[in-house]
Amino acid sequence: MEGTEHFIMGDVACAEAAIASGCRFFAGYPITPATEIAERMAKRLPQVGGVYIQMEDEMASMAAVLGASWGGLKSMTATSGPGFSLMMENIGLGIVMEVPCVVVNVQRAGPSTGLPTLCAQGDMMQARWGSHGHYEIIALSASSPQELFDVTIKAFNLSEKYRLPVLIMTDEVVGHMAEKVIIPPSNRIEIYPRRITKLPPEEYLPYLPDEDMVAPMVGIGEGYHIHSTGLTHDKKGYPVISAPVQKEMIDRLVCKIRNNVDDIVEYQEIETADAEIIIVAYGISVRPAQKALELAREKGIKCGMLKLTTIWPFAEKKIIELASQVKGFVVPEINYGQISLEVERCSAGHAKTILVKHAGGAIFNPDEILEAVEKL
Amino acid sequence: MKKQGDEELNGMPGRHPLSSLLREDRMPHIWCPGCDIGTVFSSCLTAIHESKIDYNNFAMVSGIGCTGRAAGYIKLDSFHTTHGRAIPFATGLKIAKPRMKIIVFSGDGDLFTIGGNHFIHAARRNIDLTVICVNNFTYGMTGGQVASTTPFNSKTSTTPQGNFEKPFNLPYMAAAAGAVYVSRWTTLHVRRLTGSIVEAFNKKGFSFIEVVSSCPTSFGRRNKLGSPLDIIQHFHKISVIQNGIHPKDANLDISKEIVVGKFVDTEAPTFFDLLEKIYPPEM
Repeated sequence: MEGTEHFIMGDVACAEAAIASGCRFFAGYPITPATEIAERMAKRLPQVGGVYIQMEDEMASMAAVLGASWGGLKSMTATSGPGFSLMMENIGLGIVMEVPCVVVNVQRAGPSTGLPTLCAQGDMMQARWGSHGHYEIIALSASSPQELFDVTIKAFNLSEKYRLPVLIMTDEVVGHMAEKVIIPPSNRIEIYPRRITKLPPEEYLPYLPDEDMVAPMVGIGEGYHIHSTGLTHDKKGYPVISAPVQKEMIDRLVCKIRNNVDDIVEYQEIETADAEIIIVAYGISVRPAQKALELAREKGIKCGMLKLTTIWPFAEKKIIELASQVKGFVVPEINYGQISLEVERCSAGHAKTILVKHAGGAIFNPDEILEAVEKL
Repeated sequence: MKKQGDEELNGMPGRHPLSSLLREDRMPHIWCPGCDIGTVFSSCLTAIHESKIDYNNFAMVSGIGCTGRAAGYIKLDSFHTTHGRAIPFATGLKIAKPRMKIIVFSGDGDLFTIGGNHFIHAARRNIDLTVICVNNFTYGMTGGQVASTTPFNSKTSTTPQGNFEKPFNLPYMAAAAGAVYVSRWTTLHVRRLTGSIVEAFNKKGFSFIEVVSSCPTSFGRRNKLGSPLDIIQHFHKISVIQNGIHPKDANLDISKEIVVGKFVDTEAPTFFDLLEKIYPPEM
């Protein structure tokens, strides 16, 4: 597939990017509209020496992904809302054990079974806070099959670099639309390899971090005899039930992301230089927003767009910077206000934030976004 | 032939005979005085030693609960996962490390109540795991609540007048789901249990060992089973070895009869055998 152009749906592009990233294990459970990722992985993994396994549910899928990743295989799963809810338990385990892996959520409308075949962006805050306890997460989004390909590569790299499950928050429309996707030759795809310690077993501590606050891993079965637990643990990986050790662990889990936001956060500015009104959009909503921007410009409104690729950690610095320049932000999202709350928080006192909401089941008409731009 | 750790078995005063398999820096452990989990854990360590397999080829995965803490005490690559999910975690690990022996060491509540679905599917797949279940009939860690293994009419903190549900027969379930090796012992049968664990390590496919155990602190106390020694003597009195019987007939009635033995020891293509048949590696 490498070095060629394809006309494929987003879900397939995502699977191909996983293969190109070196993913060799997929555990999943069928769910609309993410099933095509599993189907593609089931076909492709055996061709490259990998294993696809269909588990009995999404809790098992996520657990198997963590086990396989500890075993040294780049691992992934894909799901939609109901399955994402079930995965939350072991996403938390992945955060605390610090296991590199990728979880794709092809969002459909909820709550509960909702609209299985129709799109939404209702799980953005669940991505941020869905597992219990306080932690930092990395979540990415994409507005086209090509972008979904590109962010999937990025997701695998970030997961290895920062040792955590990285979430790809796409949606039914991006997952199911077919467009041109360029798959670069393999030598043009940058791969971040697993961080493996150079220390011998007697000197190695599983959770002793490097300077960037991330600890290197080891190969299982190589005599390091590591212990990893979902309990609060010290640098040895041993459980310690105490407030000081909890603080030390949470400080590091949070800071390894917060201290590296400039490396993690990616966005694109479109006509923001002279903009008085900026649309902040992500995922499929970027596309009607782009049209709304063009219509606004035709009407002489100085409109721009901030297109978010990284959702979490949030592009705080950029919003704060833009807030001093613009009258306001317009945030179209297929939910009743999630990312708009973040924009509002970061722009408070400097610029207005207007949410353009949608309950799900369809994408925005550009006019709905334009109307909000004109109102500001 | 000299085995790993033999020098320690030959006696170093003040140290555990299997100290090379123990995270001694984590002692003392959390298990209550009189608890049987340590007996099963020791049997497992002895079996690892007796198997003559390189220690580095073993990994242990546990879930949550008193028994789930075992993974934190064994000096091997070891993982203490989420409640009920030790088996699917181990499934992923085994697929990534097919040559390693993966031991799942956990309790009845973890493996069969919250994790029952994962158990039957792993047995159906016949994936090469050794699952050791310490069945103490209750949720010990949380103070002794009813489980899917609690005997009918037994008292627990959430069945104060007696359990009104019927328990699972674990070997029957394991066999029905496809396990190729199934045995049950009590914590009295240490030698047989250890031998059974060694057999399970050498078995290709999904093997399951139930160990009927006591929890004197909560289950035993609420059901007036007496001291830890009384319970072991009771196991001695009522257990009957019946190797080879159909597991549906392997009665487990803690007041009358505990049928123990090896019930299933058969051959069947494993997960990897069948995977390679459909997807030959040279593909």
